[in-house]
Amino acid sequence: MPKTLLVALAVAFALPVTARAATGPQVAHFTLNNGLQVVVIPDHRAPVVTHMIWYKVGGADETAGKSGLAHFLEHLMFKGTAQNPGDRFSSTVADIGGQENAFTSDDYTGFFQRVPREHLKEMMAFEADRITGLVLTDAVVRPELNVVLEEQNMRVANNPNSRLSEQMDAALYLNHPYGRPVIGWRPEIEKLTRDDALAFYRRFYTPNNAIVVIAGDVTADEVKADAEATYGKIAPRAEIGPRHRPMEPPQEAPRTVTLADARVEQPSISRIYLAPSRITAKPGESQALEVLAHVLGGGVSGRLYKTLVVDQKLALNAGAYYSSTALDYGKFGIYGVPAPGKTLQDVEAAIDAIIADVTEHGITADELAVAKNRLIADAVYAQDNQATLARWYGAALATGETVDMVRNWPDEIRAVTAEAVRDAARTWCNRRASVTGYLVSSYPAKEKHT
Amino acid sequence: MNAMISLRLQQRFALAIAALVAFAAPAGATTIERVVSPGGIEAWLVHEPAVPMIAVDFAFAGGAIQDSPGKAGTANLVASLLDDGVGEYDSKTFHDRLERKAIELNYEAERDTLRGSLRTLTENRDEAFEALRLGLTAARFDPTDVALNRAQIMSTLRRATTNPTEMASLRWWQVAFADHPYGRPVAGTLESVPTITVDDLKDYTRRVLARGNLKIAVVGDIDAETVKAMLDHVFGSLPAEPQLKPVANVTPHGLGRRIVVKLDVPQAVVAFGGLGIARKDPDFMAAYIVNHILGGGSFSSRLYQEVREKRGLAYSVYDSLVWLNHSALFLGGTATRADRTGETLNLIQKEIHRLAEDGPTANELAKAKAYLNGSFALNLDTSSKIAALLVQLQRDGLGIDYFSRRPEMINAVTLEDARRVAKRLLDGGLLVTVAGRPQGVVSTTAD
Repeated sequence: MPKTLLVALAVAFALPVTARAATGPQVAHFTLNNGLQVVVIPDHRAPVVTHMIWYKVGGADETAGKSGLAHFLEHLMFKGTAQNPGDRFSSTVADIGGQENAFTSDDYTGFFQRVPREHLKEMMAFEADRITGLVLTDAVVRPELNVVLEEQNMRVANNPNSRLSEQMDAALYLNHPYGRPVIGWRPEIEKLTRDDALAFYRRFYTPNNAIVVIAGDVTADEVKADAEATYGKIAPRAEIGPRHRPMEPPQEAPRTVTLADARVEQPSISRIYLAPSRITAKPGESQALEVLAHVLGGGVSGRLYKTLVVDQKLALNAGAYYSSTALDYGKFGIYGVPAPGKTLQDVEAAIDAIIADVTEHGITADELAVAKNRLIADAVYAQDNQATLARWYGAALATGETVDMVRNWPDEIRAVTAEAVRDAARTWCNRRASVTGYLVSSYPAKEKHT
Repeated sequence: MNAMISLRLQQRFALAIAALVAFAAPAGATTIERVVSPGGIEAWLVHEPAVPMIAVDFAFAGGAIQDSPGKAGTANLVASLLDDGVGEYDSKTFHDRLERKAIELNYEAERDTLRGSLRTLTENRDEAFEALRLGLTAARFDPTDVALNRAQIMSTLRRATTNPTEMASLRWWQVAFADHPYGRPVAGTLESVPTITVDDLKDYTRRVLARGNLKIAVVGDIDAETVKAMLDHVFGSLPAEPQLKPVANVTPHGLGRRIVVKLDVPQAVVAFGGLGIARKDPDFMAAYIVNHILGGGSFSSRLYQEVREKRGLAYSVYDSLVWLNHSALFLGGTATRADRTGETLNLIQKEIHRLAEDGPTANELAKAKAYLNGSFALNLDTSSKIAALLVQLQRDGLGIDYFSRRPEMINAVTLEDARRVAKRLLDGGLLVTVAGRPQGVVSTTAD
């Protein structure tokens, strides 16, 4: 199939959080006296290291009315500290040929550098200083707010798929803050201030709320000594309570959302179901959903593509995914792009038929075997990329999982049964806890003025 | 949870594959071996058994520029079909076989190359190599597969017509290379793609897929003897030499022009660029350094500092060198609010002019050298990255010892060189395209 991007939907595939138990890297894990957790993933193939810090705070931890604050603070974390003012940190990363970046999700905020291994301790010292030492002035905060507004323009306002995706999330969560976009609602982003950012920073940025993940050409022993000499010196400054967000009430009505945008040249349909995450699921359930997503939507070999695209010629693309890495809820998603002359309703009916079939009859033994094999192979491929491994461990630990849960993932996939997959489909492909979204170029005439 | 993870900096996407290779300094740990099969096929190998997998990358010279006139998109359509029906297998059966063995096989057309990449577990390597052989030598181009892939590409092309990033880029190439194959979109156009026939696809593969224009890299859990056997098995039955149509060397047109593509979007997307410096030019490394200082890959570049850090005009602003087989460019981009587009553009042009006139400072030069030397090893930490880099080095004719020579090439660039080359690189004028409804930007007419 074409390598150009065809998927019309803003689908971020949740990669399985995984590592191969038998032959994967020997991951070490320890906690410093100040409560900071450290994970070390050795990879000695190249003399480089990926150094990440993950704070257990994200968009879902914001106060209502301040959406976008976690992400805004992420940007402001590059503005310097008392000890390392201005861009000294970034400029040092550049001077040694390093790469750096940061990211924010609903549940975590992360910062990383990729550098030659001999500079690891220096990075740790900078990052430790940044846990509590941030200094912000209006002179740096104001331009950065404009940068974030341009980021919102680029990611959302300029992109009809993202606009629909935001509306669907808002509709899926009746009560939980996952319904807010991580980047924030534009009118609320516009009002964020330096004081908002600093208050959020003081509340959540403390060593006892952070996880450092180091992957690369290092040993656990050397990392431990360096971590104690750097991160170990930062005193905790806030008590971090349990992360209780408002949870979803029973969901009782299927929702539909239609977004019309004159720029839409290719209509599409997508559906998201409320699902458990890895950490909230019953034993084996999240793994069963992983297999289900693969059987239904694993690229051109998935049932959706084979049936809708190849056999029935109703669609140009179709697939499914499962986002499992989250503190409170996962998400099971399905999408389809109609072929010329076919309607969104044609595609939706075909999707519904496939869901009905898997709910009633489950999957075949062969489908189960192929999906397991593939998911476990992905864990081997992941070992080729230290940054990928670091992200998997970081995201897992920041959403309540343990190192052992990540390590055991392939074995848990091996243990999935066809019955468990069928049961997961029955339980979670529940229209009453779902949103179906239609991306179209214009509303039907009779609705235009409503 | 929200699917979107919001990154502070968007990945700098390159406009041509050449720009993807950020050259940097030597790691020392990676040993490259030249392997030649009994049949005379060469590959560069990095044997690294730590992870039980193998990556193979290869490129045939002659990508979209070998599309016939009026048939733009042929190479792209071929690439989309090489992993569909092959040999005795129809598309569904073939994909099923790949899936069962977790074999990842991808082909992609670019302006100058048709590229392929394979990723397999060591235990499945024989099936993987056979899949590769079948795609390259026995693609079926079944009518149903052609129809589906064509429809998918048409859908993508229709979507691009309202995507500001796509439109700014398309117009840039179209104006810069009017009357040259580089001006045609790699994926083709809504007019050209429907006219491509199965005969066109077969003709393309017959002309372009050959041993004489092929560069191969292999990385991972495989030794030289196994690679040799694989090379003859997979590539041995391809014709010795391709039949490539001659393509003229060309320089970009339209420098000095600003062109607005009207699109109803809140944020204007800007593409800008000018004449670059060829990969084999003695000034290339100095140009690479100058580009890094202007808008290369760190948070300290002049454009990043002036446009983003100081004024908050954009989330992303960048510039990169692009070297093609028949031209050389520097190309940059940004996306900025409509009401300040003119201001942003003037600022970028002012910075380019300032660097052309005054050159970089000694401090900037030293920092750029340190960055380019230090960042090298970051390109060598995954099999796929190494394989892609080794194919690029072969295409550029840089020699298997390039890694060890590169630091001295970087360090040899003097401040005088950098100043001279900044003038040479940046003083030739810019072609600017803007998609959106920008204020303060007026389209200029053709020269």
